Amino acid sequence: MNALEIAGVWKYYGDFPALREVRLNIAPGSTLALLGRNGAGKTTLLRIVAGLSRPSRGSIRIHGSEAREQATRRRIGILGHGIALYDELSAIENLTLFGRLYGLPDPRKRAGEMLERVGLGRVRDGLAREFSRGMRQRLAVGRAFLHDPEVLLLDEPFTALDDRAIAVLQSMIKEMRERGRTIIMSTHQLREALELASHVALLQRGQIVHAGERTQQMLDDTGWLYRTYGDN
Amino acid sequence: MFLRQVWTIAAKDLHSELRTKEAWNASIAFSVVILLLFSFAFDPSSEQIQEFSGGLLWMTYAFAGALVLNRSFAREVQNDCLDALIASPVSSAALFVGKALANFAMLYAVELVSLPVFVLFYNVPWKAAQLWPMLLVLALGTWALTVIGTLFSALTVNLKLRELMLPTLVYPMMIPALISAMTITTNVLAGNPAGFGMRFLVAFDIIFTLLAMVFVDTVLVG
Amino acid sequence: MREKIIIGLAVFAGALLAWNMNTIFTQLPDELNQGAIYRIIYFHVPANILGMTGFGLGMLLSIGYLVTKDLRYDALAASVTEVSLVFASIGLATGSIWARIIWGVWWAWDYRLTSWLVCWLIFGGYLMLRRAIDEPNQRARFAAVVSILGSVNAYISYKSIEWWTTQHPQPVLSIRNGGGMAAGMEAPIWWNVLALACFSAILVMVRMRQEAVANEIDTLRRMAHAQ
Repeated sequence: MNALEIAGVWKYYGDFPALREVRLNIAPGSTLALLGRNGAGKTTLLRIVAGLSRPSRGSIRIHGSEAREQATRRRIGILGHGIALYDELSAIENLTLFGRLYGLPDPRKRAGEMLERVGLGRVRDGLAREFSRGMRQRLAVGRAFLHDPEVLLLDEPFTALDDRAIAVLQSMIKEMRERGRTIIMSTHQLREALELASHVALLQRGQIVHAGERTQQMLDDTGWLYRTYGDN
Repeated sequence: MFLRQVWTIAAKDLHSELRTKEAWNASIAFSVVILLLFSFAFDPSSEQIQEFSGGLLWMTYAFAGALVLNRSFAREVQNDCLDALIASPVSSAALFVGKALANFAMLYAVELVSLPVFVLFYNVPWKAAQLWPMLLVLALGTWALTVIGTLFSALTVNLKLRELMLPTLVYPMMIPALISAMTITTNVLAGNPAGFGMRFLVAFDIIFTLLAMVFVDTVLVG
Repeated sequence: MREKIIIGLAVFAGALLAWNMNTIFTQLPDELNQGAIYRIIYFHVPANILGMTGFGLGMLLSIGYLVTKDLRYDALAASVTEVSLVFASIGLATGSIWARIIWGVWWAWDYRLTSWLVCWLIFGGYLMLRRAIDEPNQRARFAAVVSILGSVNAYISYKSIEWWTTQHPQPVLSIRNGGGMAAGMEAPIWWNVLALACFSAILVMVRMRQEAVANEIDTLRRMAHAQ
């Protein structure tokens, strides 16, 4: 069974199709780099997979189930543009809250472990609003990976991250990959994404114009993909 | 499962609110100030006050309550928390009920604090037997305000002109419940039976709670 | 074809209205207690009937949109609601004039009037909400929710004269609780309902065309921006 099956998905804003006939199958354990220019539809597609939005036509199946089902949402982790944390709560309180929402057996313990993992163990009782930007980002990464999701959706994860946060994120992504989890990253940062990716999909004006394995050529010549498939 | 999620959401909202106390302070202050202002506007001689005591009280509660209700979903927009909540396994209905319960608790607390202020400033003749009916009508009326306010907070959360659209939509919707609550309160304070209004209010509460639980998902998930 | 239907309806409704006016003004006697002014009923009641029915129809169409996600249901719901709001305004205005003459006041805060004013406010809010949202699908979804919640209030208004004692008169039409009017006097109300219903159909059709054009422009604009 595929980790993710996107079948015939269209998304309309009024009569304007932001996504057209998107078809994509992602096997479990792959790391997919979702590429495309601004406005191509990457964020729209990710939001639909995350269950934040419904497709106008077509279906999304994650490990065989619908995206909006509660059991499915428990298996998905998301890291978007906002950090999705409460400023007035402490680091440990934030992660414990999300642990409860995701039905973890011992949320507080797990939250503590995750804080250690992202290097925030010493400031666990600090309020999120007191943290520096990099610390907030690391906390956000902790939140996304907290419930050990089987499918991770990362929307431009490397933008606006400081060096330490990038290092933490990269190591956690590698860990997830080793454990056979599926990762989907939309990105502009071709270099970092292509290094981690096993597969690549290029979205252009709402359509998938190329989907396949990540080749060495793509890694050597990062502009190749856009030149070959871009702008027709 | 549903109840556990409701409880987690309600606890989070109350916890956040107790930390900052923004809405609480504003609401209490506003409510006391309005009661004071109204007492200057209307001379509270005891016979006349009986007639519009209910109206006065609920006007105060509706305006002070708006301060709490408007923030309900708006507080989630900062940092994109709303997306994280919708994407989590929590159902939209549980998210709504959790927030509504937290709002209800806060509003009810504000009302209980303002009620003695009202009785004091307006020389309302008070008998002990009125307490339970009073608490009941406060609960029923407040629940109506809460359900409508919370639902529309969700609906307007991403709109431009949110500050304009929210009161425009919410206040007319609340009016039938407000009027019922006002009439019942006036009756209770005068020592009369509550009347038809009680049945109407209960029915209103049930219908709007069900409608809100059904439609909140449509509103939150695009 | 559309134009032919519109013209046909307009002619039919116009003729019907003219004939009805003739009946009302020349053939019916004055009412026992109210004198000549009671003839306002032939505008007040049909306008309110159409307004209330229209809000209910708008609710059904909104449910239709939510189920099918077809934007045409939304366009129809918006048009019907807008036209109904116009009729509600006429109903409120004619009621107010009538009240001034019979009761001596322009307005009374009884349950019927208050709940109908509330409906007017809610559906006015509905139209404002539509104007505040650019994206057609989101607009349709949110408007549908408001329409459904608002029609609960329309129902409350309808039942208000039964549930509470109101200054507004009790039901007099034969479809509710028997009749209170002489047979000859009630019929013109229904003829006016028919005539005004034809006019509202015309208005809805015109409005639908406007919505379709607006949607097309919106799509073209999005397409242009995406290039």
